Amino acid sequence: MGTLAAFFILSAVTLIPAVVVVTSKNIVRSALALVPTFFGITGLYILLRAEFVAGIQVLIYAGAITVLILFVIMLTEGGTGIRIRQVNEQVPVGALASAVLAALLIWVFLRTPWPQGPGALPEYTAAQIGTTLLSSMVLVFEVTSLVLLISLIGAIIIARRER
Amino acid sequence: MNWGAEIAKAVLAAVGMFTFLAIVAAMFGVLLERKIGGWIQSRLGPKHVGPQGLLQTLADTLKLLQKEHITPRAADAVVFNTAPLVVATAGLMGWLVIPFGTLGGTVLVVRDLNIGILFFAAMASMTVIGILAGGWSSNNKYSLLGALRSASQMISYELPLGMALVAVAMEAGTLSTVGIVRAQDGWMGSFIFRQFPAFVIFLVAATAEVNRVPFDLPEAESELVAGYLSEYSGMRFSLFMLGEYAEMFAMAAMTTTLFLGGWKGPLLPPLVWFFLKMYLVVFFMMWVRWTFPRFRLDQLLSLCWKVLLPAGLIWILISGYRITF
Amino acid sequence: MALGLTHFLVVSALLFCLGLYGVLTRRNAVAILMGIELMLNAANINLVAFNKYVAPAALNGQVFTLVVITLAACEVGVGLALVMAAYRNLETVQVDRINMLKW
Repeated sequence: MGTLAAFFILSAVTLIPAVVVVTSKNIVRSALALVPTFFGITGLYILLRAEFVAGIQVLIYAGAITVLILFVIMLTEGGTGIRIRQVNEQVPVGALASAVLAALLIWVFLRTPWPQGPGALPEYTAAQIGTTLLSSMVLVFEVTSLVLLISLIGAIIIARRER
Repeated sequence: MNWGAEIAKAVLAAVGMFTFLAIVAAMFGVLLERKIGGWIQSRLGPKHVGPQGLLQTLADTLKLLQKEHITPRAADAVVFNTAPLVVATAGLMGWLVIPFGTLGGTVLVVRDLNIGILFFAAMASMTVIGILAGGWSSNNKYSLLGALRSASQMISYELPLGMALVAVAMEAGTLSTVGIVRAQDGWMGSFIFRQFPAFVIFLVAATAEVNRVPFDLPEAESELVAGYLSEYSGMRFSLFMLGEYAEMFAMAAMTTTLFLGGWKGPLLPPLVWFFLKMYLVVFFMMWVRWTFPRFRLDQLLSLCWKVLLPAGLIWILISGYRITF
Repeated sequence: MALGLTHFLVVSALLFCLGLYGVLTRRNAVAILMGIELMLNAANINLVAFNKYVAPAALNGQVFTLVVITLAACEVGVGLALVMAAYRNLETVQVDRINMLKW
């Protein structure tokens, strides 16, 4: 009962700011609305007993990615008084496409008999995740690090002022 | 699980924590800051309100409470009024995982999360959202500049902070704060000895993370007229200050937990040891504040990216080697 | 009605479609990136939920979520660098006005 209530509250915390993110006329406000969305998702992760992912979600998404987005908005077109049209002419089409896709997905999700797996999540997932990353997933881990390094260099080169 | 009791417990813990911090960190901390500043600069500091100026902060708080709250006409009112709350909440949240000591066998900690120090780092990184929101919504160029400086500084210094946390977590083999304290056995077992480079990196990064001198560029009074704080008045201003002091004390408490052996120590009760060590770190931070000049922004960022971050990575490599072999 | 896999899937479907709407209708390049972030998060919810309900012993879902979060951080870093470069050279971040290659 309590879990279900928590789920609905967290879903509201996730989805209502997400609506603000995609519809707000003020771009800084929509970037700030990302923070409660990410916190709602964090809550959902905790409900799913993925504490480590939840911690990383707050640290990376809410703490770093949102700040980076806000930073770039403020360096480009982010004054309080600025009123630029933020949406293009695709609003009706986009809304229709999203609504149809949402209806389709939900229809599929409700009709599919999902299998229930055996076993239970380990009590302390952080250590288990570390072991998995460095044993069976080591290739994924290494390739991800490589991508991280390349994108770091790429971002610096692209954003650097040319002289 | 009884949800009503859990929520009641959470509310009680929040109220208790807030009261504790308002007294220990904000009230006593501000007084301490001014007294130490006076001592270092050969003057007396606050002296008139109460015995030896002990009630000075109380008087200041009363004054701030009575002040009018002004929202500038061009400001984005909703964001402007929410920003201080975000900073204060983020400053308080870090305290949830700090173990204060033991009392009759039980550890005094609000929640011993098994991702303790990850939670702490995540909460420390939330402050910057409040600062950016406050600086932008004030609609004032000094505020915005201060906020942007603060954002670049804080997201840069999160990385060395994280590196130091990783080294400690490797040494202790756990992310839980209570587990880390338990891993520091004996007098020489404190991680300050085994993890000295991580200690230095953590302390420098923590000072930068809470925007204190010599890394106080975001609010530099003399060049940015207090940065993102320019347009704030009264209680909203003091919420910013409360958040800042709460976070500074949280950083000191975390240093104590991670490197100085937490509540452990001979003879005296654990609680006393914890507060002794914490105030020692706080004193160190205040000492630095009143003796060092401010860095330039480029010096600040190159210290982070060219010194602390490589040092942290190399130290993780060395610790890993030492722990494994 | 107990909390099950379907609940999380429905929430993530809604979040994904909100993100899609943002990507399709926004003019500002940064706002499009925000929409993409929402879609990635929706996918992450799915991964973690499937991990919990379908294959709890393996933890592969959570590991994959961490990989997605890392790649999302890369994507935002490079994307925002591109936005900054575009702003410096073209003085706009509205994607429908960045049309130098059109004729």
